[in-house]
Amino acid sequence: MATLVGESGKKTRMVEMEIKPRSLESGFAGGMEPEFEGEHMLINIGPQHPATHGVLRLVLELDGETVVRCIPHVGYLHCGFEKIGEYRQYNQIIPWTDREDYLNSMGNNVAFVLGAERLFGIEITERCTVLRVIAMELSRIISHLVWLGTTCIDIGAFTPFLWSFQERENVYKLLEGWTGARLTTSGTRVGGMIADVPDGWVDGLKGFLERFPKTLDQCDRMLTRNAIWVGRTVGLGVMSPEEAMNYGLSGPMLRASGVAYDVRKDFPYLDYETYDFDVPVGTNGDVYDRFLVRQQELRESVRILEQAVKRLPDGPVNVDDPRVILPSKTKATSEMESMIHHFKLVMEGPRPPIGETYVPIESPKGEKGYYFVSDGTAKPVRWRIRPPSYVNLSAIPKMVEGHLLSDVIAINASIDIVMGEIDR
Amino acid sequence: MSSDLETQDHGAPTFAIVMPGQPGDNPTTPKNVPHKGGAVNPSVDDLRVKFGAAIGRHEVGWGETTVYVERTKVREICAWLQSDPSQSYEYLSDVTAVEYRDQVRPIEVVWHIRSLKFRRFLRLKVELPKDGKTPLDVPSVWPVWKGADWLERECYDMFGITFAEHPDLRRILLWEQYKEGFPLRKDFPLRGRFSRAEQLKNALAADPEARYSMEEISVLEAFTDLPADMRKRLGGGEKVGE
Amino acid sequence: MGLKELMNKGSGTDPKLVYDYDPDSNQPFVTTSLDFLVNWGRANSLWPMPFGTACCAIEFMASAASHFDLARFGMERMSFSPRQSDVLICAGRVPFKLAPVIRRIYQQMPQPKWVISMGACASTGGMFDSYAVVQGIDTIIPVDVYVPGCPPRPEGLIYGIMMLQKKVREERMSNESIRDEMMPDPLSQLYIPASRIDELSEPFGNSVHQTRSAP
Repeated sequence: MATLVGESGKKTRMVEMEIKPRSLESGFAGGMEPEFEGEHMLINIGPQHPATHGVLRLVLELDGETVVRCIPHVGYLHCGFEKIGEYRQYNQIIPWTDREDYLNSMGNNVAFVLGAERLFGIEITERCTVLRVIAMELSRIISHLVWLGTTCIDIGAFTPFLWSFQERENVYKLLEGWTGARLTTSGTRVGGMIADVPDGWVDGLKGFLERFPKTLDQCDRMLTRNAIWVGRTVGLGVMSPEEAMNYGLSGPMLRASGVAYDVRKDFPYLDYETYDFDVPVGTNGDVYDRFLVRQQELRESVRILEQAVKRLPDGPVNVDDPRVILPSKTKATSEMESMIHHFKLVMEGPRPPIGETYVPIESPKGEKGYYFVSDGTAKPVRWRIRPPSYVNLSAIPKMVEGHLLSDVIAINASIDIVMGEIDR
Repeated sequence: MSSDLETQDHGAPTFAIVMPGQPGDNPTTPKNVPHKGGAVNPSVDDLRVKFGAAIGRHEVGWGETTVYVERTKVREICAWLQSDPSQSYEYLSDVTAVEYRDQVRPIEVVWHIRSLKFRRFLRLKVELPKDGKTPLDVPSVWPVWKGADWLERECYDMFGITFAEHPDLRRILLWEQYKEGFPLRKDFPLRGRFSRAEQLKNALAADPEARYSMEEISVLEAFTDLPADMRKRLGGGEKVGE
Repeated sequence: MGLKELMNKGSGTDPKLVYDYDPDSNQPFVTTSLDFLVNWGRANSLWPMPFGTACCAIEFMASAASHFDLARFGMERMSFSPRQSDVLICAGRVPFKLAPVIRRIYQQMPQPKWVISMGACASTGGMFDSYAVVQGIDTIIPVDVYVPGCPPRPEGLIYGIMMLQKKVREERMSNESIRDEMMPDPLSQLYIPASRIDELSEPFGNSVHQTRSAP
């Protein structure tokens, strides 16, 4: 339901304007039913609203309960990430990548260092490659779980929220054991990771992979063939494949509309072509298909993780390049050259050659990429975040036209937006 | 996934699946990508054949091709790249701008476009010199790709680059009465031009609800009942932002 | 344990003691019992208004979920309408564009109301020392409890909530100034004077004095 923010004098003025009848000759006096032809209401949802998934403001023009037009306003979480990035060394920017799409922190960290390593011209180690795949798929799982929980709450089912957050706690334990933080992990560095996984971590992951599909089955049993769920989500917010491509949609939004574009398959990175997994593609382009696509993606992530865990090779995690990786303390305190490397890396930071690059990855929201422009110094000249949710959200006016007010919430939930990424 | 639900008639249309790439494609993770001297995107030659002088130099860095094009021809070039079956760049990934620290270098507006059919990636650039003679204005590619809508609005908001014939060029991430300037320009300090107290004052004075866009106000029948100064301000066009 | 024993328990040095009741107060019995009852009711049913913007909102949701249940503190009823809430939990960074919104939400809450500033960004601007982020919501609304962390663990938030509960229990009806709504300066709309804000941000190089730039 829409909530009108600002129940102060300003709203009263707006309400007065709305309810004014168009003409008094329409038989108001005398007890006849007045004819209001086309009297549209302007409703404001947000920026503070439980169902907008963050601080999004939607202004809807309603004809009764049908949406005629929707004008989204964003920017209520704009913090100047890209500007800050120009004043930080490459490794220092990594904590900002966590906070930007905060549901997919490890994924963002990996995306960032993939781009940075391309800019530096570094090839990472085998172990690091597989660990990063594990990190990305784990963070895909937790992002989709939040999406599942919050979408269910928006549409009315409260219990899957608790189930999904309970599973998230299990993943949090793993991430905390590895990186030290639950949510904002900062788990990667240019040339490697923050640290290798601790002992017993892989067993913990295996245990999680055994138990997690049961929760997925539970959610599946509850929702997929549920008449209420199907009735609330089928046929809503349909985007045809041509429209979806033209609007620049990506991720599950695009795949539910029938375009099988997944960056992991089409422009692979981290050896994803060597993993055996499928990409679910929908055919109806509605909210129900997006739900099915994301649910299946959770299962595919579990598949990838099982393969990654089997193939995790031994070896060093960080690349042995003194230009980017800090030397060990023993070396740094005993060898002059290492001490100089250490000093330069800490004080100035790793410096890439002049150039620019854009390496996209498949984030749970869509095609995510960081565009770096370097002028040879330790701080990027331009750090651009290509935000999938931002471009996905721009299609919302197209998707909600003609739908009911309660459908707006369902469609908004199906886009899976993260305001941190949209507003940066 | 239950098949009987899928065969039911939901009233939702069914689309055919579009597979990116060509049959026989086998994309792999790029390894040891060279800094310079990689393979040039074949679209560059096709562009030179079609548009001739409007296409400037091209560079290949880290496996990505960058083409510098002439400012006024951007929309035609993009429209051709999108619609021509041999190019088929149906996907716009990003529109952004870069300003270098070296003040002599021009501002570059960057388009990242992707051909899903041929699995290609191309970067188009337009240089806008900061000599005061060239306006910071480029044609909008919204008629070609609808996804450019918000991307160009953000570019305007952050850099002050206007996009000609954009349907609704307003500030998007900052509020419309934002007075400090365009944040991502290099002469804009990180913490803004005003003191913190001043910024707070401006922010609190910007009532987020009082100012609707022209589009929204046109809905209300009582536009004619608005005070004269507000009507004038809204009617005068807020496309440039204040 | 009877009400009388509870009230006469003594000073607050006992770590298990949650009810901090001052036995030397020379208030009449009725007022002190009423204070106790009212504060007990308020503290144990603080209905939060989650003003969640960013990552802290996710940790807030995790606190409300089954693992770190907030319902045991009486906070399961998340009121998203400010009119029906007691505590505004500002979880996440507040940019300048959102500042008038949070100000208005705070003003819409009826007394008694409290504010928990959750996370580093809400307390001081956190890691976002940039042109767009409010450097601490206490410049816009008065804050009762600050919970540091980026994001704070759910245990941290719960500790902050318990501190707020302790603060609520220590309120006395005889102290009429508690429910006075602090009004911002009408000219500047700020709670803290403008000069003081500039003074506080000076050490980090406020905008016009900023010299630290890339590279």
